[in-house]
Amino acid sequence: MIPAAFEYHRPKNIAEALKLLKTVKGARLLAGGHSLLPAMKLRLASPAALIDIGRIKELSGIKSAKDGLQIGAMTTHAAIAASDAVRKICPVLSETAGNIGDMQVRNRGTIGGSIAHADPAADYPTLMLLLGAKFTATGPKGKREISADDFFVDLFTTALKPGEILTSIHVPAESAAVYLKHRHPASSFAVVGVAALISAKNGKCNRAGIVVGGVTAIPVRAEAAEKALTGQAVNESNIERAAAAVAEAIKKPLSDSYASGEFRTHLATVMTRRALTQAAAKAR
Amino acid sequence: MRSPYAHAKIRRIDIKKAASMPGVLGVFTGRQMKDAGFGPIPCAWVVPGSNTKTPPYPPIAIDTVRYVGNAVAIVVARDRYQVRDAADAVDVDYEPLGVTVDAFRATQKGAPQLHGDVPDNICFHWHVTGGDVEAAFKSADVVVKERIINQRLIPNAMEPRASLAQYSSAAGEVTLWTTTQNPHITRFLLSLDTGIPEHKIRVIAPEVGGGFGSKIPHYPEESMVIFASKALNRPVKWTESRSENYRATIHGRDHIQEVEIAAKKDGTIVGLRAKVWANLGAYLSTASTGIPTILHGLMLSGAYKIPNIHEDVYGVFTNTTPVDAYRGAGRPEATFLVERMVDLLARKLKMDPAELRRKNLIPPFKDGYTVATGLVYDTGNYEAALDKALKMADYKGLRKQQADMRAKGQYLGIGFCTYAEICGLGPSQVAGAVGFGGGLWESAIVRFHPSGKVNVMVGISPHGQGEETTFAQIVASELGVAVEDVEVLHGDTDQTPMGWGTYGSRSTAVGSGALMGAIQKIKDKSKIVTAHLLEASPDDIEYADGKFFVRGSPGKFKTIQDVALMANVAWNYPKGLEPGLEASAFFDPPNFVYPFGAHIAVVQVDAETGEVTLKRYIAVDDCGRVINPMIVEGQVHGGIAQGVGQALWEGAVYDDDGQLLTGSMMDYALPKAAFFPKFELAMTETPTSVNPLGVKGIGETGTIASTPAVYNAVADALAPLGVERINMPLTPERVWRAIRDAKRS
Repeated sequence: MIPAAFEYHRPKNIAEALKLLKTVKGARLLAGGHSLLPAMKLRLASPAALIDIGRIKELSGIKSAKDGLQIGAMTTHAAIAASDAVRKICPVLSETAGNIGDMQVRNRGTIGGSIAHADPAADYPTLMLLLGAKFTATGPKGKREISADDFFVDLFTTALKPGEILTSIHVPAESAAVYLKHRHPASSFAVVGVAALISAKNGKCNRAGIVVGGVTAIPVRAEAAEKALTGQAVNESNIERAAAAVAEAIKKPLSDSYASGEFRTHLATVMTRRALTQAAAKAR
Repeated sequence: MRSPYAHAKIRRIDIKKAASMPGVLGVFTGRQMKDAGFGPIPCAWVVPGSNTKTPPYPPIAIDTVRYVGNAVAIVVARDRYQVRDAADAVDVDYEPLGVTVDAFRATQKGAPQLHGDVPDNICFHWHVTGGDVEAAFKSADVVVKERIINQRLIPNAMEPRASLAQYSSAAGEVTLWTTTQNPHITRFLLSLDTGIPEHKIRVIAPEVGGGFGSKIPHYPEESMVIFASKALNRPVKWTESRSENYRATIHGRDHIQEVEIAAKKDGTIVGLRAKVWANLGAYLSTASTGIPTILHGLMLSGAYKIPNIHEDVYGVFTNTTPVDAYRGAGRPEATFLVERMVDLLARKLKMDPAELRRKNLIPPFKDGYTVATGLVYDTGNYEAALDKALKMADYKGLRKQQADMRAKGQYLGIGFCTYAEICGLGPSQVAGAVGFGGGLWESAIVRFHPSGKVNVMVGISPHGQGEETTFAQIVASELGVAVEDVEVLHGDTDQTPMGWGTYGSRSTAVGSGALMGAIQKIKDKSKIVTAHLLEASPDDIEYADGKFFVRGSPGKFKTIQDVALMANVAWNYPKGLEPGLEASAFFDPPNFVYPFGAHIAVVQVDAETGEVTLKRYIAVDDCGRVINPMIVEGQVHGGIAQGVGQALWEGAVYDDDGQLLTGSMMDYALPKAAFFPKFELAMTETPTSVNPLGVKGIGETGTIASTPAVYNAVADALAPLGVERINMPLTPERVWRAIRDAKRS
């Protein structure tokens, strides 16, 4: 559990961080350190340098806007879980943040670090996709916005370009979403995470959202399942039917000694039904 | 540095680059260590009549590596960063060989062979026979068969191992600080493989952060640091990382068991037979061969009258981490086997599992009960424990609740374990007879200082079991000193008398016997001193409540503190009596002790996701006389959690290449506090006559009992779905598959 030697830089602001990212060879950004440092200790990662952006003040904080929340990338899970604004504007985000890992992880880990790491077993990516979050990337040429739909490219791979830093996350207001996860008993990571929402009028679903994480390399929107419910009455049998369609969205499920792809897919179906049932109750 | 291959020839090791790296003091190979006179790690238990092969276990692999984690070279540097960098620079050319990891498959034709002189990888074949099993099975009305996998577990003591050696070339002495449960055994074994005589070795086991059996063995790293310290003429320290802990510290369990139980229609068990393939890993660790034989096979009668028993055990080498004692060590494998078969029998006969147990439990006994395997259980009252547990659980109410929930498609399960186990190891003559390479007696010195304060030096080596408290309590209540005036010293071969260490729930069961012997000597001497001071005859002095007094005149007395002062200054002292107030005693028990109890687990299974939730856990245990209820409860709590861990979450997984897939706490699921309900505990007290205080062991009972109780509960929950068997751990996927497969068939 001893990392190889590396340089350590701690920029004071985004501009300085961008400059270091451009000039320091083999550098990686360090946020809360809860994914990268363990990998380094096991020597699965040996970056020549770390640029610690975890203490840049302008990268941390939660601002509420009319249409949602603007969250600095270096805001910790604990801060998100404890934020009144988050609780009011997007309660599912507060709950999700409060159930990540354990206390130590929540006090150090950051939303931006988790999203940029793009671990399939992480919770935020799934939820961000459901909520239609937008990510601000800051690079040498300035800022650009990337939608959650476009952000997650593959296992641990995102649309961020070399030299870019994920600086901020915009999360739309949403009161009827639900996030459920099946935790790995050892790591507490999501073996399967399901994020779902229903908006309904007069008992009829006018919008359904279903995203499944943990099962595939990146979280996936279950479009067939969403379609199956949209326009239908929100009831048990329609929810069941929609959930059964989740498997259609799952191609090449992940598999390990704890849970096979087949079981993950099955769990995704069951958990979707449960998540939709809870979401339906909120939508009423 | 350790092998990344499970089985390979070492063609070449190039240490040049590593040796020239910054801070590096030395890089050594197995060959160099051998040439310096360091021998193979001894196996300290060879069971007679089992034709055991003991292939050499070099501390560092010399030409072949046999498991992932096998040591290949030692790198010594000034700091651990330099060590790790240099270790990465050691260049080893491996020629991969065939790998075998499964104890049954390793014995089959064509399996890769680990050791040249061990055909079919079978290290030993041991058997136990009692009664006439063939006849019993012929006469039986019903026979139930099962194949049980008692999966491999990875001990996770809070503190990984560490060893620090300081060799003095001037004195030819070495001091080894090491995380061991038994410093005297370690010293003894080191004298065999390092060539340093026993009296020149000091082993210090400071406050050791847990062991669960995994710190019984004498490990290669202990020899390595001594070798390196000698070679470099400076202290050398090694600290295990958690990743190393998963690969290089022993594992536990790993049995494949084929079992049959035979019974009459009314549920009377008439026979039990089993064939077991016990995985030993790549090399024989210190006590490895005794675990699946003596501590397992001899316990196949469990808490029951089973007149006819036969078991064959094959000890098998595989390309995996060596297997040795892990909390319960052999008894969990026996108890699970018996308790599972009893449950399957109840199901087959459509009998209530509690009632089938009651029918077969050994009736209460005070003067020994001989089971078919030849063991003589000391004392027991098994049915009383079962009754108490049933009452605490409200068994009838639970069954009603279960029926109500089933009607709603919810699956509640109730599982039992009525166990008896063997511990308090043990009489030394038996130890010798069964091939254990040491004695199993204990020792204690009680030393009173002039001020009346006391040091107690013991041969046991507690590392979390709390004998520092328990033993101080015994001294305090027996001799009338304040408990805070007693300091218990252990874990240093230079400061404590010879003893055999802490494992097998023996420390209080055996150690307190020695302590009581020393206390008796202190009392006897104190009476002589008191008689002299009070001008009375020693025969007239009595002791009660901290006072030595003249019989009939309780006002005329001396306290132990008075006596301690006078004995230490000896100004006014009986003629011919040795000064000082110190006594030493040794205790070799006449038998093992056999704690017992009844555990009931209540689980709920989510039939859709396969998730199991432990709803209630009721444990009634009997460890004889209880000295410290809080410590006993603590032992039971931890034990239960560990046993439930095996049932539901824990399991080492190797792939076919011998790579450990569950190599970290991210993958290997240790129980967490939040996984458990509040345990409902109670005791019954059936003292033993084996030791002066009537105490039995309690360190392992929870682990032994809770695995089958929880497994049986899950099986009970799933019975209406037609599920017959799931291998442990009962992970959601396995439970889900079992339900699905049962539905399909």
